[in-house]
Amino acid sequence: MEMETIRELQAYGYAFASVFFAGIFYAYVYYLYTSKKSGRKDYEKYANMALNDNLNDTPVEKIEPLQEEKQKRSNK
Amino acid sequence: MQSSKIINYDYSVAKLFAIATIVFGIVGMVVGVWIAFQMAYPELNNLANEYGTFGRLRPLHTNIAIFGFILSGVWATWYYIGQRVLKVSMIESPFLMILGKIHFWLYLVGVVGVVVSLFMGITSSKEYAEFEWPIDIAIVVVWVIWGIGIFGLIGIRREKILYISVWYYIATFLGVAMLYLFNNMAVPTYFVTGFGDWWHSVSMYAGTNDAMVQWWYGHNAVAFIFTVPIIAMIYYFLPKESGQPIFSYKLSILSFWGLMFVYLWAGGHHLLYSTVPDWVQTMGSIFSIVLILPSWGSAINMLLTMKGEWQQLKDNPLIKFMVLASTFYMFSTIEGPIQAIKSVNALAHFTDWIPGHVHDGTLGWVGFMIIASLLHMAPRMFKREIYSKKLLESQFWIQTTGIVLYFSSMWIAGLTQGMMWRATDQYGNLAYSFIDTVNVLHPYYTIRGVGGLLYLIGFCMFAYNFYKTMTVGKEIEEEPHSTSPMAA
Repeated sequence: MEMETIRELQAYGYAFASVFFAGIFYAYVYYLYTSKKSGRKDYEKYANMALNDNLNDTPVEKIEPLQEEKQKRSNK
Repeated sequence: MQSSKIINYDYSVAKLFAIATIVFGIVGMVVGVWIAFQMAYPELNNLANEYGTFGRLRPLHTNIAIFGFILSGVWATWYYIGQRVLKVSMIESPFLMILGKIHFWLYLVGVVGVVVSLFMGITSSKEYAEFEWPIDIAIVVVWVIWGIGIFGLIGIRREKILYISVWYYIATFLGVAMLYLFNNMAVPTYFVTGFGDWWHSVSMYAGTNDAMVQWWYGHNAVAFIFTVPIIAMIYYFLPKESGQPIFSYKLSILSFWGLMFVYLWAGGHHLLYSTVPDWVQTMGSIFSIVLILPSWGSAINMLLTMKGEWQQLKDNPLIKFMVLASTFYMFSTIEGPIQAIKSVNALAHFTDWIPGHVHDGTLGWVGFMIIASLLHMAPRMFKREIYSKKLLESQFWIQTTGIVLYFSSMWIAGLTQGMMWRATDQYGNLAYSFIDTVNVLHPYYTIRGVGGLLYLIGFCMFAYNFYKTMTVGKEIEEEPHSTSPMAA
């Protein structure tokens, strides 16, 4: 391949990548900052995980362990 | 989940790593101060034959500071934060407990191997990757054990969502694993050719390719050891100590992905004006500039976390350490991109401005964050008050003065060097010889040594404070929710 062609492809690739990644970035910003309003998720509540981090504090979002695991732990 | 027994967090592994952090911190810094004075007074090279020379000691300083002091700090905080934000105790899994302890002891064996081999002058000659292949393999094993520990703890968590700090620890694990493996690919010469010592090897890459892989690794070692896990620490310890939630959790996620995407491309800035392809150099330069965004995203997020609570800066020395750490992070992450601009780099490259930059990051950002983190953990791990607030305040000012002396002297030294190296007379001949620069730099090298010494003195005060907290600090009944208790 001619050097000139390589340079041309590089330039197109560069222009496309810049627009593409900038697009993804702003789409992600939009997604994050409209999440609460649209009822998808309130990200800010997760900040409480650091503040209320005692073992007996209620988790921000609880994970339910498998039934048998639960049983095993309560038998301890 | 319900349990008939009261379970508490188990800090036994965190304690081991905390003590290792302090010991390696002192050793790494003593060697650092020593070699700083060797630069100012070269006769100090001759005190212990080959073992006392700058060339032998410099890799010991960097490796003990990075892979001894900082990594131990990262692990001490992981074994503390990990349990707390996942709301699960290590005591609930005997497997993870044993694994944590194996992690620590095997790591210590690795450190002994590193210290002995570097003292003997056994090195692969790649900066920050000097260990020969047997030690590399041991490190990979230690790293995998840590990985199993991370994902094992995540596997038994009660909290569904992973807190932002956990993301940063995972990134540290994955990032270093990838970098370390690729950069340390080597051919053991004895086993392939029958020549040389059994531990000797040569890089699997040659020439320019080797340089590119090396600095892809080198710069990202900065990313995934000096930056990513330290952000993990500040995202937990600053909110917890101040009692304030992160200013914007969304910004923390955005900065995380920004940092992950951008950092990996910036290493080319170490090779500006070298034989690597021009586009690699330009890319390294541009991505370094873009890196300001995610870095400042995190740093500003931290400073804004203190919004409305700035009086804590006056009352609580730990907040002071963390806020200054965050400020040094901003400072360092604007200075780095400036140095990566091609025209600036033409002046700055190979000068003392570079170690100056590295040290305002490592001493101001990394060191201060590790110190504050361990002192936040101490009352909770040992159920005792911090021994002395006054000592901590003095330490803060002594170390801050030390850092300022360090980076300001290196700025002046670096710019002087750069200007003298490129100065020409009216006929285009170089105006100065190398020894002219050495003579001019002497006072700045001395100031750097003094700056480092002040930081070391402050660190010894911290070690003493930590030891006294551990042993004779006033016992506390209940774990503090936010501000760490400390005796005047």
